[in-house]
Amino acid sequence: MSRIPLPRRLSLTIGVLALALLTGCGSDAPEYNAHDIEGVMPDLAFNLTDDDGKPLDADDFAGDITLMFFGYTNCPDICPATMARIRAALGGLNDDQRKRFDVLFVSVDPERDTPERIERFTTSFGPDFVGATGTQEQLKRLSKRYRVTYGYGEPNDNGFYLVSHSSAIFVFDPKGRVRLLVNQNESVDGLRQDLETLLDHLDDTAPAANT
Amino acid sequence: MSLSEIVRWVTPWEPLPWLIAVFAGVAACYVRGLVRRRRARDVVSAIAFFIGLGSMYVVMQTYVDYYAQYMFFIHRGQHLILHHLGPFLIALSMPTAILAAGAPVWLNRSARFVGELPPIAFTYRVLQHPLISALLFVGLIYFWLWPAVHFTAMLSARDYWVMNLSMAVDGLLFWWFMLDPRRPGTTKTTYSVGLRIIVLWAVMPPQIVLGAYIALADHTVYDVYAVCGRAFPISPIVDQQIGGLITWIPAAMMSVVATLILLRFAFAHERNAANQAKPDARMPPPIHPGSFPT
Repeated sequence: MSRIPLPRRLSLTIGVLALALLTGCGSDAPEYNAHDIEGVMPDLAFNLTDDDGKPLDADDFAGDITLMFFGYTNCPDICPATMARIRAALGGLNDDQRKRFDVLFVSVDPERDTPERIERFTTSFGPDFVGATGTQEQLKRLSKRYRVTYGYGEPNDNGFYLVSHSSAIFVFDPKGRVRLLVNQNESVDGLRQDLETLLDHLDDTAPAANT
Repeated sequence: MSLSEIVRWVTPWEPLPWLIAVFAGVAACYVRGLVRRRRARDVVSAIAFFIGLGSMYVVMQTYVDYYAQYMFFIHRGQHLILHHLGPFLIALSMPTAILAAGAPVWLNRSARFVGELPPIAFTYRVLQHPLISALLFVGLIYFWLWPAVHFTAMLSARDYWVMNLSMAVDGLLFWWFMLDPRRPGTTKTTYSVGLRIIVLWAVMPPQIVLGAYIALADHTVYDVYAVCGRAFPISPIVDQQIGGLITWIPAAMMSVVATLILLRFAFAHERNAANQAKPDARMPPPIHPGSFPT
């Protein structure tokens, strides 16, 4: 064993370098309750059909902060609860601030969710809430772009079935760049604080995601 | 299974053409090498090699990858294959000689040239140093399973592939170093069997601790699977428990299996040494780098 040179000094150097890399990344990035995913995912882009049955794409949301959520109107728990949390969080902002937000509800259950159904669902939460859905191909492209998925359960005797879907809210800035990912367990206050913090940091120049 | 279903399963969820090309190139060289050598004793090695290579391909470039992205326990299974099983089988088959026999001359030449470049040879020696090798092996598992890192890795397309490929490359490096059947000291990275067994047992407890922590946690350690939605309905805690068990038990068992194989190598070395000391004794065939230990 002794004839084999053991580069001990090197292992030490590597350790020190790794430590320096880990600790050297301190920055003035704002503190969010949500996950800051700036640059992690591609910019907002999609082709869907809105709750009036008209085509809808990301340009319709340019200039506003967009909160995107995947769900379905028959959803028994997470979707209405999340919509209500968004409404409450936006309600905690002043009028000027609130005007800068749009909410995009994407139904991943186009089989049952007609534009009329989606409109009934979204308008019950407020005028800033836009509902949309699309073909399976369009929905799969959008969900894959944001690395989320959805699936359908077995229908019961009444034809009712559950849909598994992402529980998170994706927040995009006015330029369509992804900024935050809000978990379902984040409180209304936490979400409102995050939206205010984001408003204060909108001018931060960030390199656009290239993925 | 209908044709469309088969097509769906073999279609890569996130195609990486260069990765498919690498797998195809390696497989082609290997098959060509087998045909050229025409040696019966290559058969067992070839089976091990193709199971290893094939399993690594399947978990990265088929629909299995979709499930690995949206289910924690399948993700753990994917990494078990990428970091442990696949590289283990490939290293065990010692494919160098067959690959070299099948590869075109220019490829052999350039591989040798690149391998002998001082910075490359030096880096390889450093990476195969027992301490660094063990640290990398365990460190990578811990790094990618660090909740914050894991979260981003599952959300970022780029980080996801950095994660999977780093596991695959490190697995190959580690098991290559571990399962080298040559007499210790043959090359600068062929360490003694005893030292390698120490490393194998050193990497076991940290994996057991991490796996047990995940399997026995009563809260969700990795919330990214709820964030992204699961591929099929399963209780999050059950998903996590199975994933923890996969990190815990099969991973640690690999060290035990590798220890047995190393002891087999050690006996073979000793027998060869003893036979060489008595020149009148009948010489058994020496262990060849391309042969599969039986």
